[in-house]
Amino acid sequence: MTETPFVAVRNLRRVFDVSKPWLNRMLEGGQKQYLTAVDDVSFTIRRGETFALVGESGSGKSTVARMVVGLMPPSAGEVVIDGVPINDPRRAADVRALRRRIQMIFQDPYASLNPRWRVERIIAEPIRAFSLSASAREVHERVGELLTLVGLHPADGDKFPHEFSGGQRQRIAIARALASKAEFIVCDEPTSALDVSVQAQILNLMRDLQDRFGLTYLFISHNLAVVRHMASRIGVMYLGRIVEIGGGRDLFVRPQHPYTRMLLNAVPDIAMTGRLREAVQGEIPNPINPPSGCTFHPRCPFVFDRCRREVPPLEAGVACHAVAEGRIAAA
Amino acid sequence: MTEPVLSVRDLKVQFVTRRGVLKAIDGVSFDIAPGEVLGVVGESGAGKSVTGSAVIGLIEPPGRIAGGEIRLKGERIDNLSPEAMRRVRGKRIGMIFQDPLTSLNPLYTVGEQLVETIRTHLPLSAGQARRRAIDLLAEVGIPAPDRRIDGYPHEFSGGMRQRVVIALALSAEPELVIADEPTTALDVSVQAQIITLIKRLCAERGTAVMLVTHDMGVIAETADRVAVMYSGRIAEIGPVRDVVKHPLHPYAVGLMGAIPSLETHADRLVQIRGAMPRLSAIPPGCPFHPRCERAFARCAVDRPEPLDRDRRKVACHLYDEAHAEIAS
Repeated sequence: MTETPFVAVRNLRRVFDVSKPWLNRMLEGGQKQYLTAVDDVSFTIRRGETFALVGESGSGKSTVARMVVGLMPPSAGEVVIDGVPINDPRRAADVRALRRRIQMIFQDPYASLNPRWRVERIIAEPIRAFSLSASAREVHERVGELLTLVGLHPADGDKFPHEFSGGQRQRIAIARALASKAEFIVCDEPTSALDVSVQAQILNLMRDLQDRFGLTYLFISHNLAVVRHMASRIGVMYLGRIVEIGGGRDLFVRPQHPYTRMLLNAVPDIAMTGRLREAVQGEIPNPINPPSGCTFHPRCPFVFDRCRREVPPLEAGVACHAVAEGRIAAA
Repeated sequence: MTEPVLSVRDLKVQFVTRRGVLKAIDGVSFDIAPGEVLGVVGESGAGKSVTGSAVIGLIEPPGRIAGGEIRLKGERIDNLSPEAMRRVRGKRIGMIFQDPLTSLNPLYTVGEQLVETIRTHLPLSAGQARRRAIDLLAEVGIPAPDRRIDGYPHEFSGGMRQRVVIALALSAEPELVIADEPTTALDVSVQAQIITLIKRLCAERGTAVMLVTHDMGVIAETADRVAVMYSGRIAEIGPVRDVVKHPLHPYAVGLMGAIPSLETHADRLVQIRGAMPRLSAIPPGCPFHPRCERAFARCAVDRPEPLDRDRRKVACHLYDEAHAEIAS
């Protein structure tokens, strides 16, 4: 394995303009308003690894996913995949070549498949778009192969998406992602819309495919147990920043950041270990006017003066003044 | 044994459609004791929400209760007139739904809705009702309730709205609360707060709770007993610890194994092949048999009746005495 990471995200930032329309501002007064959805996010993913971003709604995890696949340009920072910065106009030719190798799986398998297309056409689209197969017959065979690979029948290619259940549709989405021989797949909440027994089928399938093709995953989820199951390394996001990043085991066994601890504490778990739960304080604040300094400080039990003034840098995997100063003992 | 608050016997709910009669609930029986939390779990289409709707008499045509009995404190409520049922609902049975924004009226302040509900069910003056509403809001953990009571639902965050809905459900001191996916729309950190709140308030008042959810984690944390539903029937019902830790019914075994856990780490999750059958095509015999690893000839023919096993009931031929003898 090479030392250079397959995917490198550096100081990624995305700001949305959420101002009222110009005319309203003129008539009613009011300033332009900006929402910083993602701020200073950096991480790397090695080839064949699953890296997960976990966080509650509004933490910016899906925005990161969109920027990593290139669906949305970042306001600052860069995404480098296999040595190619994907938003660099000077490398346009390389980026085009890279496109084939990056695919995405979305949360809602009801919205991400064109209802008017037959499944064969849906799965064949990347093959045609990247001119990977010459003849129609080859395309047909390839689609059959892909359908078998994800546990469906080649004859299912003649059906429409509405004839399938949620789990089967997610299998079709996975087949489509694999159609272009993708190496890096960004999965945005791929099982959140599915029932648990179906979720287990899809997670197992994703793992099998990873082992078989050496796939690299960026896995986005709000479900900590799912993330724990899938990822070897995990970043925890809160209000647009990564507050803690680390290996799956470490993060779950010895969480450091107060938010990670709180989150782990809050998850209802079927293991029923009888561990004592601390009541979680408060809710996520409005990202348009985030708290000063460390954005978690209004909810943090370890808050002190410095937290209200300075944004804590991500050092040794944790962005927290209290941890850096050694004021909280390791869990 | 004390009289159960809610007693459901052989409940059947059917939907009459052009293509035939769909059996959404087919012979479901359970009791909930005072102060007890019964969790009802199952995957989409298992009939858990329909069971809740049947109890509060909110089955809309073309659906209908086709058989069985529902008793609230020994009194039959499934055959009440709509007018009589309306008085039971809200007064004796409180409801908490999944989406707090749709269960609150956006055009009225939170206070107006609470006062209206309280005065409908309790003989109080407007002033008394308002004081009671403020107390309730304080009790469900809304900061500055004397000011917030005049706010509109959109001025509350998701978690706070769900707290208002809980206050609304408890406002007439009901004997039973039906909570249908009360935390599904909320983030985990808020979810934990709401679960703790429902549990504490109902324990203090001795209110029985029927908690409908697809989240086994929530059930494990909250419920005293749990009913696992499949295709409109109860596959297994019993104390939550027994069912979660040592499930008996093959479907329950698969369901528990399919859930990734934070505490225990498995390389692969247990996989149940296939998917739940549609209501229009429920297989004969045991509805789970086509997906069951341990199915045998009888499963495809004979419908399994709930069998007493330890402190629970399991609807599976594997646990039938006769089968046990043959096997041994």
